[in-house]
Amino acid sequence: MKIGVVTFPGSLDDADARRAAAVAGAEAVALWHGDEDLHGVDAVVLPGGFSYGDYLRAGAISRFAPVMESIIQRAGEGMPVLGICNGFQVLCESHLLPGALIKNHHRKFVCKDQTLRIENNTTAWTSDYDANHEITIVLKNQDGSFVADEATLDRLEGEGRVVARYLGNPNGSYRDIAGITNERGNVVGLMPHPEHAVETLTGPTTDGLGFFTSVLKAVVAS
Amino acid sequence: MARVVVDVMLKPEILDPQGKAVHGAFGRLGFDGVADVRQGKRFEITLDGEATEERVAEIRKAADTLLANPVIEDYTLHVENGQ
Repeated sequence: MKIGVVTFPGSLDDADARRAAAVAGAEAVALWHGDEDLHGVDAVVLPGGFSYGDYLRAGAISRFAPVMESIIQRAGEGMPVLGICNGFQVLCESHLLPGALIKNHHRKFVCKDQTLRIENNTTAWTSDYDANHEITIVLKNQDGSFVADEATLDRLEGEGRVVARYLGNPNGSYRDIAGITNERGNVVGLMPHPEHAVETLTGPTTDGLGFFTSVLKAVVAS
Repeated sequence: MARVVVDVMLKPEILDPQGKAVHGAFGRLGFDGVADVRQGKRFEITLDGEATEERVAEIRKAADTLLANPVIEDYTLHVENGQ
């Protein structure tokens, strides 16, 4: 079982994401933004950071990287893809997920341990959590406010596609949304960082590990 | 050489934290009577030759796919000739 982690120019959390994949028991594979070859991976993580300096809009330039062409195609075929923070922004810019992420409403960078409620535990990345499981993982972002029009928000909620919601809204996200999924449940975008919460030595909890163990099961099951 | 200008603004219903920050600075500096400030982006695109209909259509496509995110932004495009 191989989990690929893409490195864009300006990615910060690619090493932590690879480590989290390894801690969960997967083989972590480094993928390069300029290489469209996915090197036989079974799932992909788009990590956090400031790819291309967040120039233009967060994720807007990364979305056109050669590796993204392959990822968009494979995601359409059902490959699990998790976008964390900047990765979530890339998924929205790629139209793999609806909505967009804009600057935090309080205009400050936020860095804290954040509690979330997992509201959809049927996705490829969340099946190891109980329904309504509350987890505490790291949140650190500048453009973390999830926005979409009312009809899109209603559809996301109506179809159970809100994967995680903030308990105490830290950034102005509409309807406290921290993470969403696509219709098929294989693509998940999440603003907080599960990869920073997989070992007690360096994280607030090990609550984030479930994302990586979930996808192992999803891939084996398929 | 012709120049195509694309002005991108956040849609009115989307909160603009940067505009809010600028609005706050107006008040602190004593520029009164300002109800709201919204901040956008202006792209000045210089073409190699004339702005033919076909080339402007290409730039419009670039605005739709790259310069603006239609989920949160609107844009206007106009051509400045004789630059």
